[in-house]
Amino acid sequence: MSNNNASNNLIIAQRAVKQLRLEASIRRIKVSQAAAELRTFCLQNASRDPLLVGVPSSDNPFRPPKSCSLF
Amino acid sequence: MGEMEELRKEMENLKDQITAARKTFQDTTLQEAASGVTVVGRVQLKTRKTLRGHLAKIYAMHWGTDSTLCVSASQDGKLIVWDSITTNKVNAIPLKSSWVMTCAYAPSGNLVACGGLDNMCSIYNLKGKDGNVKVMRELAAHTGYLSCCRFLSDTEIITSSGDCTCVLWDIETGTEKMVFAGHQGDCMSLGVSPDFKFFISGACDFTAKLWDIREAQCRQTFSGHESDINAIGFFPNGNAVITGSDDATCKLYDLRADQELITYQDSSIMCGVTSLAASKSGRLLLAGHDDFNVNIWDMLKSERVGVLAGHDNRVSCIGVSSDGMACCTGSWDSFLKIWN
Repeated sequence: MSNNNASNNLIIAQRAVKQLRLEASIRRIKVSQAAAELRTFCLQNASRDPLLVGVPSSDNPFRPPKSCSLF
Repeated sequence: MGEMEELRKEMENLKDQITAARKTFQDTTLQEAASGVTVVGRVQLKTRKTLRGHLAKIYAMHWGTDSTLCVSASQDGKLIVWDSITTNKVNAIPLKSSWVMTCAYAPSGNLVACGGLDNMCSIYNLKGKDGNVKVMRELAAHTGYLSCCRFLSDTEIITSSGDCTCVLWDIETGTEKMVFAGHQGDCMSLGVSPDFKFFISGACDFTAKLWDIREAQCRQTFSGHESDINAIGFFPNGNAVITGSDDATCKLYDLRADQELITYQDSSIMCGVTSLAASKSGRLLLAGHDDFNVNIWDMLKSERVGVLAGHDNRVSCIGVSSDGMACCTGSWDSFLKIWN
C-alpha cells in the first residue's frame, strides 16, 4: 500500500516538474510592449464602446423612444 | 526517497527561474505606460430593464451572441431565456436538479447548458421540432460540482468543476474529449479566448491557468491572489486575462509578458469578487461583489470610476453583451438588471 502511494507521489512530482519546465521555457515579451498594446487597443476602440462613451437615447434599444404616435 | 527530494528541489528551482525570467521582462509598469492617458470620467449607468420571474437566488447568466437574448439560472430550479429588450420570457425550462451554479448560451443560439451540484452539464435544445425544449444530453463524468461551462460550438463545450479539472466534451456522443488537470483546488470559473484556441480557468488554489484546447496542455500559470479566484475573463483582444477573487481584488495578467500587470483594489472594498466582465474596448472592468454592488474600474489607470448599486443582495453574475451595448447583472435578490 505505502509503496503504491510512494510511486504515485513520484509520478505526480515528475509531472509537476515537466509542467514547470514547460512554463519556464515560454517566450515572453517586455511589459512595455504588452502595456503599450493594451493601451492602444483601449484607445483605438473607445469610440466603439457604448458603455464608455454613452448611448444616445435614440440609438438605445433598451430605452423606449420618447414620443408615441397613435394612428 | 532520494528521487522525491531531488524532484522537490527541481520544482523550487524552476519556480525561482520563472519568477526571475518574469522580472527580466518587467521593464516598466502598466501605470507608467498609461501615465499619459486621462482617467475615464465618472461612469453612471442606469437600470434600463429589470427581468422579473425567478423565485430564488440567481447564480448565473450568459448573453446570447445576438446581444438581445440571454439565459439565467436560478436555484428555483429554472433556466429562463429572456428577450432583454421586451423583458419577455422566451423559454422557462424546468431543471431536474435545482442546485444549478452555471449556465451558458451557445454562439449559434440553438442550445443552452447548465449544471451544478448534480456534477453534470445538461444541454438543452431550444430549437426542437415540436417547439418543446428538452434535454439533449447529460454530460456526466465530473466527480465534483459543475462551476462553469462555455460552448465552443453546438458540438463542443468546456466545463470546470469542483473536482479540480476542466473537460472538453463532444456533445453528440456525450463523451469527454480532453481532460485538463493541474489545478490543486476547485475550478471555479472559465473563459474562452476570442479565437476559440485557448481557455483560462480560475481556481481555489488561488491561480489562473491558460490552456491550449487542442493540445490539452496548460501553457501558463498565474499566481498572486491571496484567496480563491471566483471569476475570470479575457481582455477583448485575447492577450490578457482578468481575474476576480475572494481577496476582494481583481488582477490583470498579460499572456505574452507572462505576468501580472496590475491589481484593482481599494481599502474600502472588503468583499470578495463574485463575477466580472469587460466593456467592449476593454477600458472598463465591471466587478460584482458580495456587498451587493458592482464596481466599475478604469482598467488602464486602475481607478474606480463608477458603482452600480441597485440590487438588494449579492451580485452573483455579470455579463456585457457582444455589441457592448449593455451590461446585465444577476443577483441573489432573484432579479436581473440591464444597465447602460
